[in-house]
Amino acid sequence: MTPALPRRSATSARTTPRVRSVLPGVRLTLGFTLAYLLFLVIIPLSTLFVRTARLGWSGFLEAATSPRAIAAYKLSVGTSVTAAVVNGVFGLLVAWVLTRYRFTGKSIADALVDLPFALPTAVAGVALTTLYAQNGLIGALFAPHGIKIAFTPLGITVALTFIGLPFVVRSVQPVLETLPKEIEEVAATLGADRWQTFRRVILPALTPALVAGVSLSFARAIGEYGSVVFISGNMPGRTEIAPLLIMSKLEQYDYSGATAIAVVMLLLSAVILISAGLVQRRAARRAA
Amino acid sequence: MKILKTIARLTLALGFVAPIGGTAAAQQKVTLLNVSYDPTRELYKEINAAFAQEWKRRTGQDVEIKQSHGGSGAQARAVIDGLEADVVTLGLAYDIDEIAQRGKTLPADWQTKLPHNSTPFASTVAFVVRKGNPKGIKDWNDLIRPDVQVITANPKTSGGARWNYLGAWGYALQKNKGSEAAARDFVARLYKNVPVLDAGARGSTTTFVERGIGDVLIAWENEALLSVKQLGPDKFDIVIPSVSIRAEPPVAVNEVVAQKHGTSKVARAYLEFLYTDAAQAIAAKHYFRPTGPRSLAKYGDSFPKVPQFTIDQLFGGWAKAQKTHFADGGIFDQIYSTAGK
Amino acid sequence: MSTTIAPPAARHGIPPGLRAARRTATAATGESAIARWILIGIALAYLFLFLGLPLFVVFEEALKKGVGAYFTALRDAELLHALRLTLLVAGIAVPLNVVFGISAAWAITKGKVRGHALLVALADLPLAVSPVIAGLTFMLLFGMQGWFGPWLRAHDIQIAFTVTAVVLATIFVTLPFVARELIPLMEEQGVTEEEAAVTLGASGWQMFRRVTLPNIRWGLLYGVVLCNARAMGEFGAVSVVSGRIRGQTTTLPLHIEILYNEYDFTAAFAASSLLAMLAVVTLAAKHLLERSHHAARARLIQEQQEKQP
Repeated sequence: MTPALPRRSATSARTTPRVRSVLPGVRLTLGFTLAYLLFLVIIPLSTLFVRTARLGWSGFLEAATSPRAIAAYKLSVGTSVTAAVVNGVFGLLVAWVLTRYRFTGKSIADALVDLPFALPTAVAGVALTTLYAQNGLIGALFAPHGIKIAFTPLGITVALTFIGLPFVVRSVQPVLETLPKEIEEVAATLGADRWQTFRRVILPALTPALVAGVSLSFARAIGEYGSVVFISGNMPGRTEIAPLLIMSKLEQYDYSGATAIAVVMLLLSAVILISAGLVQRRAARRAA
Repeated sequence: MKILKTIARLTLALGFVAPIGGTAAAQQKVTLLNVSYDPTRELYKEINAAFAQEWKRRTGQDVEIKQSHGGSGAQARAVIDGLEADVVTLGLAYDIDEIAQRGKTLPADWQTKLPHNSTPFASTVAFVVRKGNPKGIKDWNDLIRPDVQVITANPKTSGGARWNYLGAWGYALQKNKGSEAAARDFVARLYKNVPVLDAGARGSTTTFVERGIGDVLIAWENEALLSVKQLGPDKFDIVIPSVSIRAEPPVAVNEVVAQKHGTSKVARAYLEFLYTDAAQAIAAKHYFRPTGPRSLAKYGDSFPKVPQFTIDQLFGGWAKAQKTHFADGGIFDQIYSTAGK
Repeated sequence: MSTTIAPPAARHGIPPGLRAARRTATAATGESAIARWILIGIALAYLFLFLGLPLFVVFEEALKKGVGAYFTALRDAELLHALRLTLLVAGIAVPLNVVFGISAAWAITKGKVRGHALLVALADLPLAVSPVIAGLTFMLLFGMQGWFGPWLRAHDIQIAFTVTAVVLATIFVTLPFVARELIPLMEEQGVTEEEAAVTLGASGWQMFRRVTLPNIRWGLLYGVVLCNARAMGEFGAVSVVSGRIRGQTTTLPLHIEILYNEYDFTAAFAASSLLAMLAVVTLAAKHLLERSHHAARARLIQEQQEKQP
């Protein structure tokens, strides 16, 4: 079916055509899963490709690879990657602190993590711009040093970091919580110092979850519109993100042009998610 | 088999589809949906109440008017995609043209159905400056001074901001005896002074007011007056330029849908009601300029006099203006592709 | 150094009964106090800077015109309707996605289905779609210019611009969250425990309730919390499909945008603070569940230990 197919099931495929498990409910759940995905993911998303196909190949290239679009992809990818990496580092730290230590205000800190999901993106954008504009609480600290945050790519990164943080923390947290402490104890007994234990024992166990979180944070960031438009300044060629181009195409009733850019971005983040899945599986296999 | 069953179950779960809100059967009460653009809620709230009273008096029938507000372009797209609007009251004629062309729910000549280009009340483009006008901004040509920062929204994503752009273009065109090249140069220099291009008109108001960025905000007069009143009468002044564009937010009955709902008559009466003295008085209260001659006489003095050109006079209508200036690769895009270099 | 090792059953949750033992273990497996406080300091500073301050801004703006204005804004009928609609939409979308998440994770990890990498990728795909585009896809399906729009209209069925469309868009956007949490977790746990249960004669439902569910509950809970938060806060996709009919299809996030666009900042931020508080309530519920569960588990282990010696 796909190259990513696990080798094990390929070899045994002959004996049982689709499913090999003594466990009940596999057919039922599989059927439900397929139907759900078909109706809610595959059919809706296929509309994008069908609509884009109306443009023809040259039309697609023209809409999806104009210099404006290329500049926008670069900006979107660059800021999204930065935000995802920042979240990878600090999200891991936050998850660690929240699961391993006890301190006052911990539940509040834990609750805060979900805020970016709950706040409508527009509100987040306005709140962040309020803070990071030149006359804002944080922006005013940097402005005297000639550093502008709001209305620059830096501001976009700040907004994307905000919306992506929960993905990393919430991906790592459950794994960290269920990580058997005995392994660390064994490592310590064997003479590993704390940093070695973390790097050699804990981090490998967390890697799949961390990769998942970072890639999700990236995928979410690259499509983000609501919060970014407030803080980005939207200057064509400089701070114009790809989703903004989609909106300006829609404003001209150019659905096909909009879906063309959307398809490019969809493929981009799908590639990231799928390769993250592969990395995850490999890491999981190595850890097992 | 089980798969089929789960599919059936799924469709059942998702199948709580709502029947179309047909009102033809209801003799007593009639419902209209007015799909409008962003900051007209308060205005229509008042007008709706007045119209409901009037309609009840005239026919004995209750009428409820539901409202939907959003960016003008997004709202037009929704109507094209099947949002069942009985009437549309949008920010620019281009958006209703598109409904006529793509949705085919109203005739192409919709703008001739009601007086004044189907525009019951109008506005014009004005400037908001910081209190006391420290930069001494009096007219459009002050906006291209190198020491002035201008705030306006991105005309590609904001319908309202397109009026601003065309206002500047029209000013330069008239000033330079109709030279397109001079107008283009003027507009390019103006947009060079724009540090932040917000996606929507409200965003640029916030940038100007709350973030303290820029020396002058280009805005519709009614929105300028409203925002100054709401956000700080002691902090801002309004400047009316020597000449400006007449901003015409038009209205139309979405005829196919209204027919289906059996609301054609009341929808038309609703829009005609917008031209009555009562409705014009409400509009004037919300800072829109009345268009009826009697209301003009009554409220005209409360609005500063400013010579206005229309989009038909200078740009040959919206379709042409849209294509020349705002379409992909149009003049606005060209200005930015050269400004970047 | 302590040698206490948790009984196998307690692997996936730490009963308070073992906390004392754990604390002695900290000397060997924990960080020094200084390192701990530095880490906590950095994490809190980060959270404060990126999350705490924006939240502060929301409440500051909401309360700018006084507490009275704040509560007046919250009593608005349209706002309350938007709140009810948001809760309704989340109330439909989240359970459906929980069922989907569990069933997808089950089929993928326990069934060893062929092509499961493809299924995982498909379940993730909604995350890769810009929310506005997600909304647009449903317009391309059910809108008048879309595939089924004209047919639906001919049969007097409306989906676009109804609550149904809002629910569909929300399901799409939040679809991956539960599955995402469960798939790695269940993959890691393998099938031995369930197989044992089935071999011992447990019915499918018994096996699920007694073996699988206890093993996945924390991941599931996280998934639900995430899914719910996103469902209540979703704006982009919903804004395209809702038609924004006031008092009918405006969810709370849409209503906030409308208020903001009317320069009613106080009301807009008051409504936002409401959403933020809803998120906190969800989190609090999760904490309570965890705590009551830990207590029950501790009692159970104590009983077992008393019986054993």
